[in-house]
Amino acid sequence: MQHDRHKCLTQSVVTSLDISRLAALSIAAVVIIVGVPLWWRTTETYRAWLPVSQIKDLAKLQLHLSADVEVVFARGTVTPEQQKKVPLTQTQDEEHTVDGDLLMQFMILRSQNMKPYRTATIMEEDALKKPTAAEADLSLHMLSESPCGSLVVYVIPESSSLLPEDVNVYIGQRRTALVRISAQMRVGKTLEQLLAQLEPQIKQVLQVMSFSHTDITVALSDRVRFRPGNKESIADSMRAFKSSPGYEITFSLLNPDPKSHQLHWDIEGAVQTYIQPLLTKLSPLANFSMDSQTLYYTMLGVTPRFDSSFEAYTLNADSLAHVINPVEARLGSNAASSNPVLNFLLYVPDIRHSPLYIHDHRKQEVPSNAFHSPRWGGIMVYNVNGFYGSETEFPVHVNINMAKVMGVFLAQLRLLLGVQSLSPPPGFLVAPCGSTGLADWELDRLMWSRSVENIATATTTITSLAQLLDQIGNIVINDNIAQQVSSAVTSLQLAMAELEVGNLGFALQYSKEAILASEKAFFDPSLLHLLYFPDDQKFAIYIPLFLPMCVPILLSMLKIVSEARQRRREKQAKKE
Amino acid sequence: NINPCVQIIIHLLSVISQNSAGQFFSSGHTNNWAVLVCTSRFWFNYRHVANTLSVYRSVKRLGIPDSHIVLMLADDMACNHRNPKPATVFSHKNMELNVYGDDVEVDYRGYEVTVENFLRVLTGRLPPSTPRSKRLLSDDRSNILIYLTGHGGNGFLKFQDSEEISNVELADAFEQMWQKRRYNELLFIIDTCQGASMYERFYSPNIMALASSQVGEDSLSHQPDLAIGVHLMDRYTFYMLEFLEDIHPASKTNMNDLFKVCPKSQCVSTPGHRTDLFLRDPGSVLITDFFGSVRKVELTMDAINLTDPINPVNGEEQKEVYSYADQLPVSEIIHQKPKQKDWHPPDGFILGLWTLILLVFFKTYGIKHLKHIF
Repeated sequence: MQHDRHKCLTQSVVTSLDISRLAALSIAAVVIIVGVPLWWRTTETYRAWLPVSQIKDLAKLQLHLSADVEVVFARGTVTPEQQKKVPLTQTQDEEHTVDGDLLMQFMILRSQNMKPYRTATIMEEDALKKPTAAEADLSLHMLSESPCGSLVVYVIPESSSLLPEDVNVYIGQRRTALVRISAQMRVGKTLEQLLAQLEPQIKQVLQVMSFSHTDITVALSDRVRFRPGNKESIADSMRAFKSSPGYEITFSLLNPDPKSHQLHWDIEGAVQTYIQPLLTKLSPLANFSMDSQTLYYTMLGVTPRFDSSFEAYTLNADSLAHVINPVEARLGSNAASSNPVLNFLLYVPDIRHSPLYIHDHRKQEVPSNAFHSPRWGGIMVYNVNGFYGSETEFPVHVNINMAKVMGVFLAQLRLLLGVQSLSPPPGFLVAPCGSTGLADWELDRLMWSRSVENIATATTTITSLAQLLDQIGNIVINDNIAQQVSSAVTSLQLAMAELEVGNLGFALQYSKEAILASEKAFFDPSLLHLLYFPDDQKFAIYIPLFLPMCVPILLSMLKIVSEARQRRREKQAKKE
Repeated sequence: NINPCVQIIIHLLSVISQNSAGQFFSSGHTNNWAVLVCTSRFWFNYRHVANTLSVYRSVKRLGIPDSHIVLMLADDMACNHRNPKPATVFSHKNMELNVYGDDVEVDYRGYEVTVENFLRVLTGRLPPSTPRSKRLLSDDRSNILIYLTGHGGNGFLKFQDSEEISNVELADAFEQMWQKRRYNELLFIIDTCQGASMYERFYSPNIMALASSQVGEDSLSHQPDLAIGVHLMDRYTFYMLEFLEDIHPASKTNMNDLFKVCPKSQCVSTPGHRTDLFLRDPGSVLITDFFGSVRKVELTMDAINLTDPINPVNGEEQKEVYSYADQLPVSEIIHQKPKQKDWHPPDGFILGLWTLILLVFFKTYGIKHLKHIF
C-alpha cells in the first residue's frame, strides 16, 4: 500500500514538475520570441531612408565648367587663302584641384569650348566700321545676342580705327571683345602660327571676362580657407556677402543737426531710376527688397579733428572702424526675414563739423568721400555747407543730389555683391558699365561664381547632414526631411549637368533650388539631438525593469538544464 | 646718396604702412556675436543674473549691438518680489553699479531658457516663426562669444533646476555649428562649479575655452550685500569684469592677459583654459576680437558716373487712406450701462442644505408629519 501511494506521489510530483518545467520554458520562449522584438521595435527611432550612396558620390565634387567662346576674324586679318581654311576647332581644358577639408575634395574642370572659327559676316563688318568702339559694340549687340555665359571675340586688323593707339583689346559692355592684331603677327604667317600667336591674348581676355581660378577659389573660400592665399583674394572673399536667396537693402539718411539742415532726398525716384535696373538684372541671382529711413540726431561715434591745412574737418582711415557700431544700434531691420541686410548710410555732417572729409592713409582726400565695411554696407559723407552762405536763416532747406550719392552707393553695392573690380592687364580698355551698373559679362562671372558656391555649399550641407545623422543614432528622420534631401540631391545633379553643357541660367536656378532644399533639410527644427544617454544611465534605467523579471526565468532555465543533465547521467549510469 | 641703412628703414616703414590695411583682415572675421546665458532661477541665484548682465554691459560698451546679442536670463531678478530695490540688479556691494539700467534687451526670458532653446539657438534649428532678435544669424566670418553661468557639476550644467545639458551635447552642438560654418572663431567662457569639465569634450576647430574652476573644485561667490541679502557676483566674473573695464574699443590687450585673470589667491578655485583647438596663437588674439566689434573698413575708391535724370515717381497716385481698425471698442465698453442680472435659481449648495435639514427633521420626528406639510 505504501509502495503504491509512494508511486502515485512520485507520479504526481513528476507531472507537476513537468508542468512547471513547461511553464518556465514557455515563459522564456514568449519573452525571447515576442518580448525582445517588441521592445526593440517600440524603442527604435523612425528614420526615413536617405540616398546615402548618391550623397557619397556627390562628396567627390567634380564640377565641369564650360563656356562657349567664338572667335570671329574680320576682313583684313586673314588672307583669302587662309580664309578658306578657317573653320578650325579647339577646346581648351584646364583642370584645377581645390583641396577642401577632410570631408570633401573638389575638382573643378574648367573648359572653354571654342566654337569653330569663322569670318565676319557683312553686317558684322558694317558694325565694325563704326567710328568708336562703344558704337561698334552696340551695333554688334543689336545683330545677335549671345546667350548667358558665352563670349564672342572679334579680331580686327591693325588698320582699324576703333581702338586708340596703345590699346590692343577692348572689352565691351555686353559679351563681346575686340582684339587688334599687329602687322607683324599677320604678315607671312600661316594660319596655325597666327592662331598660336593670338592664343595668349585670347587667354587674357578670357581671364578677365570669364571665370578664372581665383574666382573659383574665392567662391569656395569657406571650405578652402586654410591654404594661405594672397591678400587680395582673401579680402575679396571676405567682402562680398555669401550667396543667399534674398537680400535686404536699407538706405538711411542721417541728419544729426535738424535745427540747421532740413534735408530732402528723393529716395523713391533715385532708387527707381538708378538702383532698380541693377537689381532687375540681378534677379536670377536673388530677390532684393529695399527700404529707406531718415534718422535724426544720430551722430557718428568719432569726433572729427579740424585740419587747418585743408580748412576742413577730417576723419582718417584708422578711426573709421569705430564709426559703424554706435550707428548700427539705431538702425532697425525687418524682423520678418532672416536675409542678410546691406545698409547704405548717407551722413550729412552737422554745421559745427562741416565740411567733413575722409582721408586715406597717405593723408589724401578720398574723392568719393565714402567707405564701406565688408558684409555690412557703406557710409557716404555728404557736405552741404557749399549750398548756403553764412547769413541764411536756419534751418536751410537742402535738396540732395541723388545722382552723385547713388553713383557711390551703386559702386559699393557692386563690390558688396561680389562684382570684383579687377585692374585690367596693360593694353586693355574696359568699357564703363552701362546705366544699369553691371556689364553682361560681369553678370556672367557673378553667375558662374554663385553657381559654384551654391553647389559647393549645398553639397557640403547634404554631406555633413548625412554624416551627422549617421553618427547620432537617436535622431528621428521624418519623411519630409528625406524628401528634401532627395530633392536637393536631384537638383544638385541637374545643376552639375547643366554646368557641363554650359547652360548657365538653368544651372544657377537648379543650384538655388538645391540650396533651398538642403538648408531646409539641415535646419529642420525636428532634427535636434536631445537624447544623449551615457551608458551608465542606460543601465540604470533598464536594470530595475528587466532584472526582477529575468532572474526567476534564468534560474529556472539553469535548474531545468542541470536536472536534464542529471537525468542523462542517471540514464547512462542505469544503462551500464 | 642716402645711406643704405636709411633706405632699408624707409622701405620697411612703407611696407608696414601698406600692411596696416592688410592687418585689418588678419583675424579673418567681419562681425561679432555674443550668446550670454544665465541658467538658474530663484532669488538666491541673484549672482548668476548679475554675472550675465555685467558681461552684457561690457560687450555692449565695447561695441556689439543688441541685434547681435542673444541674452537669455532664466529668472527676473530686477522685478522679483523680494528685490528691495525694484528694477535694479547690482553687481557691486553698496549698490555702486546697476547693471540692469534702462537699455537691456532680453531675448529669452524666464521659462524660455531651456536646454532645447539653447541648442536650437546655437544650431539654428528654430521654427520659421522665430523673430530675428531670437536667432543667431552668424556666418562663416563671425566671431562668437558664448558665456554660460549657473550651477554645474562634473560634465553637466543645470538649467532651471530641472534639466541639464551635458558636455557631450554641447560639443556636438559646436560640431554642428562648425559643419555649417556658423562661426569663424568661438570663445567659450563658463563660470560654474567644475566648469572645466564642460570644455573637455570639444573637438571642433577654432574654439578657445575658459572656465572658472577645475574638475573637483567649486566656484565661489564674491561678496554679499547686506541690504539686498544675497551674494551679488561670482568671483571669476567679478575679476574678469574688472579686467574688461580697462579695455576700450581700440586697445591691443590679448588673450594671454585674460588667462591670467583671477589667480588662485583671489578666486580660491583655479581657472582653466583650453587653446589646443584654436589655430592662432592666443598671444595674437585681441580681446576686442571677441568682446568688441571692431569693423573692418575699406575706402571706396570708385564711383559710377550716373547721368540719367530721375524719373519722377507718380505722385498723383491715389494714396490709400488708412483707417485704424478698432481692436478693442473701449468707448463702447466704458459707456455701457450695467446689465440687469437675471434671476438664477438657488445654487446647489443651498438646495442641498435645505434637503439635509428636511431629512434630519423627518428622521427625528417621523414620516407621518409629511402629510401635514404637503
